[in-house]
Amino acid sequence: MLQDKDRIFTNLYGLQGPDLRNAMGRGDWDRTKDLIARGRDWIVAQVKDSGLRGRGGAGFPTGMKWSFMPKANPDGRPSYLVVNADESEPGTCKDREILRHDPHKLVEGCLLAGVGMGARAGYIYIRGEFYNEASSIQRAIDEAYEAGLVGRNACGSGYDFDLYLHRGAGAYICGEETALLESLEGRKGQPRLKPPFPAACGLYGCPTTINNVETIAVVPTILRRGASWFSGFGRPKNAGTKLFCISGHVNRPCNVEEEMSIPLRELIERHAGGVRGGWDNLLGIIPGGSSVPVLPHSICDTVLMDFDALREVRSGLGTAAVIVMDKSTDIVKAIARLSRFYMHESCGQCTPCREGTGWMWRVMTRMVEGRAELDEIDTLEDVTRQVEGHTICALGDAAAWPIQGLIRHFRPELEKRIKDYKQRAGRTALAAE
Amino acid sequence: MSAAPHAGQAAQPATFAFDAANLERARAIIARYPAGRQASAVLPLLDIAQRQAGNWLPRAAMDYVAGMLDMAPIRVYEVATFYSMFNLQPVGAWFFQICTTTPCWLRGSDKVVEACQRKLGIGIGETTADGKFTLKEVECLGACVNAPIIQVNDDFYEDLDGPSTEKLIDELAAGRVLPRGSAIGRQKSAPEGGPQVLKAMPPRYEWTLEPPPAPPAGSDD
Repeated sequence: MLQDKDRIFTNLYGLQGPDLRNAMGRGDWDRTKDLIARGRDWIVAQVKDSGLRGRGGAGFPTGMKWSFMPKANPDGRPSYLVVNADESEPGTCKDREILRHDPHKLVEGCLLAGVGMGARAGYIYIRGEFYNEASSIQRAIDEAYEAGLVGRNACGSGYDFDLYLHRGAGAYICGEETALLESLEGRKGQPRLKPPFPAACGLYGCPTTINNVETIAVVPTILRRGASWFSGFGRPKNAGTKLFCISGHVNRPCNVEEEMSIPLRELIERHAGGVRGGWDNLLGIIPGGSSVPVLPHSICDTVLMDFDALREVRSGLGTAAVIVMDKSTDIVKAIARLSRFYMHESCGQCTPCREGTGWMWRVMTRMVEGRAELDEIDTLEDVTRQVEGHTICALGDAAAWPIQGLIRHFRPELEKRIKDYKQRAGRTALAAE
Repeated sequence: MSAAPHAGQAAQPATFAFDAANLERARAIIARYPAGRQASAVLPLLDIAQRQAGNWLPRAAMDYVAGMLDMAPIRVYEVATFYSMFNLQPVGAWFFQICTTTPCWLRGSDKVVEACQRKLGIGIGETTADGKFTLKEVECLGACVNAPIIQVNDDFYEDLDGPSTEKLIDELAAGRVLPRGSAIGRQKSAPEGGPQVLKAMPPRYEWTLEPPPAPPAGSDD
């Protein structure tokens, strides 16, 4: 188990204040100037060596992403850092804790990441519903400006870096990085075609890197404690510590920072008081937020919580939001509710997603009752394959995967409902004769 | 994509303008974006307008924001209708947004919805006759380990069940606002009963920065 001395987010539960004085007491802003003085290449090299992979769901290597940013801007375009704080993936509530309890980790991380990618300004895009969290991060930004930690000559380093907060207004799709940029520019959040990638042409047509809150907030600690300290946690290529959100049918739902690659069962039993009614009462777990396929009990017994292990079992680490379902769960209804979520959140730009998410939800609604034909299970599966990979952004994939996981692991349940429904309908028909 | 119901012509005020304090707020927000990129401020300005208008966004307010940001009104309308937090018709003084997405549903959001409907005598999407309460069903609010959740205006009420939801409504009806957060006294997102880790703040770690590597031999710089 991760020891307290190795935790990055020591104020995860808000036992101390989020203010600058308390944050400095916890080690934030300690000799930041010295870190900046080591220069851009050193920062990127450290982040690369640490093995940090993006914490927003896709798991792309962070240092490599930063290295895509141009070294020089001969045409005079500035570079931007954009922080994705649009946390909306069902099951996920980790960034909220950073924003409200440890905001200075994020603000300092923005400065250091800004130096690493040559950005002179950063925007933190926070979901609109997080009103109190936005107040907390705005206070931290204001404090940092007043103390000379950001702005002109940040931390006395000679580097100028401005940081702004931007509140969204309720749209899951704005967590997709190019939709976020559209929204930040004052338009509907509809994803852009790539290429061009944001590192070449992002915010206002300028080189831009978009990173998740947790990704940026761990950077100052990595630079201080060293790349090898961070990469010492977790399996190779799955390095570091990670915030996990454990929700659903556990005895004590919670957020917790743990070592990557911790066994799923250990994570739940050690931190969340175990599955309600005991491990044998487990039905299935969605291990990485609503977009990743559900895992049946048999896989949950042994699987490790990291990018590669979950990929091997055809699911994903995603945002590390663990949604636990015990045997009392109507699994078809649970997944059908997610289908409704994706239908609601589709931006409407691409036909397969706009039409497909509604179609899938309507069929899933019938599957909940069993009011379907057996071969419609295959039709449903086929339609998910028609949506997946045929849209500009990954929302189409995210809508398809939960249903694919359901069919892969719970097909007998779907078939049973259809047969039961037919039997009931047959009886009713006979009784009516 | 939201398809929010719109207020009819009769309910629309003829004009709208920011008051002095909001005008100052709006100007400070516009200054966050590069010159010529003032359209970036459309979401925050619509939010301010909605607050000033009483938690809904009249057409006149959208037109006002469009004028202020030098945007075509249609560009503002399409933004206002795309994002779910803009109310295009009046809502009650206490605007209940109940999360029913799977993590909340697993923890009993059906009971929370039932309690709201029973207590207030209205359905989802409706407002009480006295104009005090509106119910809306929303997608994931992002506080899933504290499910089920209702957002009341700007605040999250967490770890709810039927009885605590009824209590929340009773208190609001009596003019008292319960403190936001967990209804069962949890420390934020720590497990119920108190943190199992981080029971005390760990001591600060020591760190040293290795000196920069020496420049390669023969190098001039």
